[in-house]
Amino acid sequence: MTQFSQTGDLVGENLACRRGERLVFSGLDFRLGAGGALVLTGANGSGKSSLLRLVATLLAPAAGRLLWNGAPVERDPATYRGVLHYLGHLDATKPALSVREMLGFWAAMRDVTSPALDQALDTVGLGSRADWPCRWLSAGQRRRLALARLIAAPAPVWLLDEPSAALDRDGDARLEAAIAAHRAAGGRVAVATHQPLAIPDAAVIALDDFAAASGDPLAAWS
Amino acid sequence: MAPFLGLIRRDLRLALRQGGEMGLVLGFFVLAVVLFPFGIGPEPELLRRIGAGIIWVAALLAAVISLDRLFAADHADGSLDLIALSALPLEAAVLAKAIAHWLTTGLPLTVLSPLLAVFLDMEPAAVPVLVLGLLIGSPVLSLFGAIAAALTIGARRPGVLVSLLVLPLYLPPLIFGAGAVEASLTADSGHANLLLLAALSLAAVPLAPLAAAAALRQALD
Repeated sequence: MTQFSQTGDLVGENLACRRGERLVFSGLDFRLGAGGALVLTGANGSGKSSLLRLVATLLAPAAGRLLWNGAPVERDPATYRGVLHYLGHLDATKPALSVREMLGFWAAMRDVTSPALDQALDTVGLGSRADWPCRWLSAGQRRRLALARLIAAPAPVWLLDEPSAALDRDGDARLEAAIAAHRAAGGRVAVATHQPLAIPDAAVIALDDFAAASGDPLAAWS
Repeated sequence: MAPFLGLIRRDLRLALRQGGEMGLVLGFFVLAVVLFPFGIGPEPELLRRIGAGIIWVAALLAAVISLDRLFAADHADGSLDLIALSALPLEAAVLAKAIAHWLTTGLPLTVLSPLLAVFLDMEPAAVPVLVLGLLIGSPVLSLFGAIAAALTIGARRPGVLVSLLVLPLYLPPLIFGAGAVEASLTADSGHANLLLLAALSLAAVPLAPLAAAAALRQALD
């Protein structure tokens, strides 16, 4: 297992997110150090996915800033993108490609020269399905393939949006083991989830606490 | 370089394995050209004169109908998020996808065009100019098309919107491409038109990916 650098905290300062005219959350701070874990909880629509997309730089924050290793991430976005893995709601699989081709493609897109594809597939329990076309996979198996993407191309920060959606009990156990191994190697992980996943010593951010104060969406404009 | 080539290879693989879509575009191209003689009557003189224009217009329309899936599929299944977060700058990813699009539409259209030229009874001397023009000019169709495809991500009727956006942009390659054939038959050779077409193509290689990548960033937000 790759050992990640112990230095380098991912820090969010006073983050706010606006979707359309609605202020989803504001005044949110977090710090994620080596081996650390954040669990994001909150009702539907409280901004868990938005926060993860914001940390992944797919969304621009309405206020506040993100720091990696003490420097604002927009100063060197290419390096910052290289240290993070984002696992969203969608599994980004192509029905016409085989499982191994799909995994190899995403590893190549991260410029990983010799990814351990079969080892990653074994870790998520898809080892015997490597030559299946992705159209044969069930929703849970596609989710496992998405998880294998993170294992095949190591990166210190994992941003996981409902990673256990559609996973069975065996899948949940493999997910928990993968997160534990990632953290043991010095990786950092932020998880948005409704399921009771076993992630020991995780800091919890309840996004409901950061919701816009008043029910009037236009109050947020000031 | 590995991510760039990897993205081209993936798009080619997808296009070849889902061969139906590519076949539809080529079939559309051939049918559109074949319809003209039925519409205007079998007059070799007339067909010979307007043949190059017919083939160019049909090629533009065939390129347009292949555009709406250029980014829409990657956007719908979440691949676009990951491409934006990959080691490849978004501009380079657009260029890679445009190259793959040209290899699966522009290049086969160019290869088919001499057959259709014979069908329309074009002057033998004009056929090489037509093919050369399509070879030089068809990358513009993929590159300008990438801008329109990126702008219409998430639209309710992307197909219609793409054609409205992109067909005016296709006017210059159409004018120079068909003009080169026309000029090659008169005293003048078609060189000037072909050079202008090449200039357009070369300018589009760096500029179109910049514009399309900016549009994609808007779509991701």
